[in-house]
Amino acid sequence: MEYFLQQLINGLALGSIYGLVAIGYTMVYGIIGMINFAHGDIFMVGAFIALIAFLILIAIGITAVPLALFLVLLIAMLLTSLYGWAVERIAYRPLRGSFRLAPLISAIGMSIVLQNYVQLAQGARVKTLPPLITGVHTLLDLGNRFVVQISNIQILIIVTTFALMTGFSWLVSSTSLGRDMRACEQDLKMAALLGVDTNRTISLTFLIGAALASVAGIMYLLYYGVIDFHIGFVAGVKAFTAAVLGGIGSLPGAMLGGLLIGLIETYWSAYFSVQYKDVAAFSILIIVLIFMPTGILGRPEVEKV
Amino acid sequence: MTTPLLSIKGVSAFYGSIAALKGIDVEVMPGEIVTIIGANGAGKSTLMMTICGNPQAREGQVIFEGRDITHMPTHEIMRLKIAQSPEGRRIFPRMTVYENLQMGAAVAQDGDFKSDLARVYSLFPLLERRKGQRGGTLSGGEQQMLAIGRALMSRPRLLLLDEPSLGLAPLIVRQIFSAIRELNRKEKLTIFLVEQNAFHALKLAHRGYVMVNGRISMQGSGRELLERPEVRSAYLEGGR
Repeated sequence: MEYFLQQLINGLALGSIYGLVAIGYTMVYGIIGMINFAHGDIFMVGAFIALIAFLILIAIGITAVPLALFLVLLIAMLLTSLYGWAVERIAYRPLRGSFRLAPLISAIGMSIVLQNYVQLAQGARVKTLPPLITGVHTLLDLGNRFVVQISNIQILIIVTTFALMTGFSWLVSSTSLGRDMRACEQDLKMAALLGVDTNRTISLTFLIGAALASVAGIMYLLYYGVIDFHIGFVAGVKAFTAAVLGGIGSLPGAMLGGLLIGLIETYWSAYFSVQYKDVAAFSILIIVLIFMPTGILGRPEVEKV
Repeated sequence: MTTPLLSIKGVSAFYGSIAALKGIDVEVMPGEIVTIIGANGAGKSTLMMTICGNPQAREGQVIFEGRDITHMPTHEIMRLKIAQSPEGRRIFPRMTVYENLQMGAAVAQDGDFKSDLARVYSLFPLLERRKGQRGGTLSGGEQQMLAIGRALMSRPRLLLLDEPSLGLAPLIVRQIFSAIRELNRKEKLTIFLVEQNAFHALKLAHRGYVMVNGRISMQGSGRELLERPEVRSAYLEGGR
């Protein structure tokens, strides 16, 4: 029982990170119908920018953790969103209107470019950050061999994710930018006919997606303390799986899918085998896609016209 | 003589290498209802979209209020207060009726949203009753009313209507055409109407053009065209 609860907490923290990245996949898919394969690497770039920012802040003597964290969050979101924006501008916009596969191939290229760029600029070896946020709380101690604990960093991850997702859902459902985004997602041509600058809206979508991915990158960095240029690949594939599992194009679906993938992976590792955790996550994906091709919260393609 | 609100001068447009419009000349005066009739595939809808810059004209000019808009991007053209209710209505299916109308008001920065909304609701009272419903669940007639209402939310100076009668029951068609007439009479709104339903369109319009294979083949006042034997035989007999 305690073991089960402990894994629930671990799974939620991991799933939150996947969910934040998954939103970027699902938004871009919704609005221009392409899978942005470079998104996982944007997440990795976010983690690196955060690492560098932390080290600079420590070097100049800003060591108060809340302040440093806040500044890093700001810097990483800003710079990473520029990367996201630039990727769209350089690799996808010139290909708009060409055949469907073209931006997809370009995305894979962009992913390789970002990985190699970071590898060259930062070196291929893993980078570590000493744990900044420490401390655990014991939630349940029944005097057995196992206690249920939640660490401060897990609290931070879950709370930040929840806050960001709430804010982001509000943005999409209730602001005029969100309405423009939904309009572009549902009918790009018509949105332009109503005076929406569709290129600008698409750029902003990439920007916001990258900002959320950078937060996930920071959380990853703080949680594991170890990053390298390759983390974007696996995390990206997992987050993409989460987006598909939840129903690609659906925002609540991306959040739900992220949490589910995180939980599946954690429970599988806890009860069966760590080596096969990825197999478990992807098997669930295959099973869901066979029986629910549009994902859990995805909508069927048929619309009444 | 007044200057035209919209003038299309020798416009040609292409889809790939296929010419959809071949040197079209059309003028729309302020306060007029002008219609273009023609068979399926004559290029009517392409002309509507070319005015809005998608696709852009390869030859010729589109001039709106004395300004050359031929090569402007679509969203900037629409910000000059041209509104279109396009072919197939293109309602946002997963937005409510109210949100669809809000989208229509996206460019009306100077406008008063509440009074614009009240105006649309009074023209199509049904929309007010359906305001919380998703666009995709509306019937064809309701969607058409919403498409026109959405176009009106930007307070356009030129309203482009593409086949508002397509696929609708005769009663609804009459309702929609009377709304169009009312907009023109009461508010002096200039309307450019593309229709296959030639009889209704010519009765409503001040002037009309007949389009065949990407060219204008005839023009004249609505009544004149209605009486022409070649128009009658091609578009009216048995058509209606």
